Amino acid sequence: MSNNTGKKAHEPLFHIIKRNGLPFWKSWLIRILSVIAALIVCGIVIVFVTGENPLEMYKTMFEGAFGTERRRWGLMQDLAMLLCVSLAVTPAFKMKFWNIGAEGQVLIGGLATAACMILFGEKLSPYILYPLMICSSIIAGAVWAVIPAFFKAKWNTNETLFTLMMNYIAIQILSYFSYIWSNPKGSGKIGIINASSSAGWLPYIGNNKYLFNILIVLALTIFMYIYLKYSKHGYELSVVGESENTARYIGINVKKVIIRTMLLSGAICGIAGLLLVAGANHTVSSNAADGRGFTAIMVSWLAKFNPIYMILTSLLLVFLDKGATEISTTFSLNDSFSEIITGIIIFFIIGSEFFINYKIKFREKEVITKPETQETVKEGNEQ
Amino acid sequence: MIVAFITRAIMQAIPLLYGSTGEIITEKSGHLNLGTAGVMYVGGICGVIGAFMYETHTSSFNSVLAVLVPLLASVLGSAIMGLIYAVLTVTLRANQNVTGLALTTFGVGFGNFFGGSLIKLSGNTEIPSIALSNTSNAFRTTLPFADKLGVIGKLLFSYSFLAYAAIIIAFIATYYFNHTRSGLHLRAVGESPATADADGINVSAYKYGATIIGSVIAGLGGLYYVMDYANGVWSNDGFGDRGWLAIALVIFAIWRPNIGIIGSFVFGGLFIIHNYIPGLSMGAQEIFKMAPYVVTILVLIIVSTRKKRENLPPASLGLSYFREDR
Repeated sequence: MSNNTGKKAHEPLFHIIKRNGLPFWKSWLIRILSVIAALIVCGIVIVFVTGENPLEMYKTMFEGAFGTERRRWGLMQDLAMLLCVSLAVTPAFKMKFWNIGAEGQVLIGGLATAACMILFGEKLSPYILYPLMICSSIIAGAVWAVIPAFFKAKWNTNETLFTLMMNYIAIQILSYFSYIWSNPKGSGKIGIINASSSAGWLPYIGNNKYLFNILIVLALTIFMYIYLKYSKHGYELSVVGESENTARYIGINVKKVIIRTMLLSGAICGIAGLLLVAGANHTVSSNAADGRGFTAIMVSWLAKFNPIYMILTSLLLVFLDKGATEISTTFSLNDSFSEIITGIIIFFIIGSEFFINYKIKFREKEVITKPETQETVKEGNEQ
Repeated sequence: MIVAFITRAIMQAIPLLYGSTGEIITEKSGHLNLGTAGVMYVGGICGVIGAFMYETHTSSFNSVLAVLVPLLASVLGSAIMGLIYAVLTVTLRANQNVTGLALTTFGVGFGNFFGGSLIKLSGNTEIPSIALSNTSNAFRTTLPFADKLGVIGKLLFSYSFLAYAAIIIAFIATYYFNHTRSGLHLRAVGESPATADADGINVSAYKYGATIIGSVIAGLGGLYYVMDYANGVWSNDGFGDRGWLAIALVIFAIWRPNIGIIGSFVFGGLFIIHNYIPGLSMGAQEIFKMAPYVVTILVLIIVSTRKKRENLPPASLGLSYFREDR
């Protein structure tokens, strides 16, 4: 109506509106395009830094990740561990509980496992030792996660910062025990635990060190998929994530859901610690989690909290990490190169979400005000 | 020894103070930038790159230029980091936590990569390691009368200009929040962007401004660390977790830069206290290093249980604003 008054209201060149539901294939097309755009930018960075042909570099990356049998197993193991931590943080995120303390929860779980192995490894029979390790790692991870959850539920204490601080407390506790149990004495490192007896080591399947871990994580993935999609718990936590008020209105006990979900989240982090310590490294140090607690957040978020997609997104991140490490060894660069590449690709994928959720609507071409259009407008006014 | 402890504590405090002042400004606009750790790395390494370029390309060394070039490089680097964060979270409305963590991954990687590869990339193989002692000395110029005043001179005047700048910036930020109209607008944006928008405040401009200025200030903390604390020697991961500690300090300071000054001194002291308690075993030292984090958690809990309105974080912290959302 304002158009026919002659005074035109200022209309911006474009404005942004929310899309409601983009077709499945379109949203994935946008994501794939963003990854391609990111790879191009990374290519430019690579050329700038090394002066090599970027296609060659991507080939080197591929070699580094999949080149040999050993590398493939290493990739699978890293993929499984990252996926395991990602599975752990996912239910909490779906509830909009920003658990960035997975790092600490994994470490505490790993420390509990290591403690069992060191203290009881050669004294107890394996039939008692393994259950003890499993229980203590799960309990340790869950306790570490439930402390912030309790304060969040009770006083709405900011969980992002609380869980972040819990990471560092876990790291310091671990450093403390590294001195207590150091091997050789005074080195501040725990070293390989039970190297001679291999008590408490998770079993090798057909001579393969990592297969057991991979199978456990696969089972967890399926469990988490079902838990989130088909269980009542999964439904409740997604309602809490959407709107706490709605959840309260339909009779969900929000506090209970928060604490229960974080117990689960921490418990799975504890299992990740168990797998890392007993199944792969056979030792524990403050960088055992290797930043996975933080990377897992990106994995989970990029996969839209879907455990099956998370296999793909963690594959992407692990591939980038392995590949870029290969580049840095080939060209004797610093191995932090992979973090730069990962950062760039994540920026692009995060940015692309905007184009999936929103659409930009440009200002429509101004209508030339002919007499008859004014007539119709007038009619409209009279009505 | 107490004098030595206090001066060391204050030197530890300055990077944290820069980081927390920057982060407070960003958080006041409603954006929780978890990328501060990365921004501080970038601020540091860009300063190093600037200084390295200047030292290797100049024949006559000029102290003023030696300070200005790294300073500008550092400001530029951290401003770009802030801009990346702002574009993603303000314009593209990406999740702030995820973006911040990605920024940290990128920034720490960027710092370590160039720190480790700068010499190789420059093609100059004669230099064994990056030790920018000349630039560092220029940065560490102290007031001339500091030595003459004995203990007081050592306690109050023995620091470099960046240390005083940190405190001045914190005071300016406090004044800005509480006594200027623009500061009021910024707080309004952080508390309720929809209300601010209805009042005709340009929400996006404030968010961009706060994020970029906050990043620049945080980046100076990285620069101070390299040039001053570490004597111009870059060591990978040397900066450590100070960026996260700076975020912790924001809570400790209950979002007030002037409390942040005292808080940073306390944190600086807690950070190094294990070196000054005699007879601690190596293991026990690790337990003492926990102190800043435990204190932060206690503050976080106390603040949340008391629920005094002026002590709470900005109401819309962590939420992106979309005008057409209800």
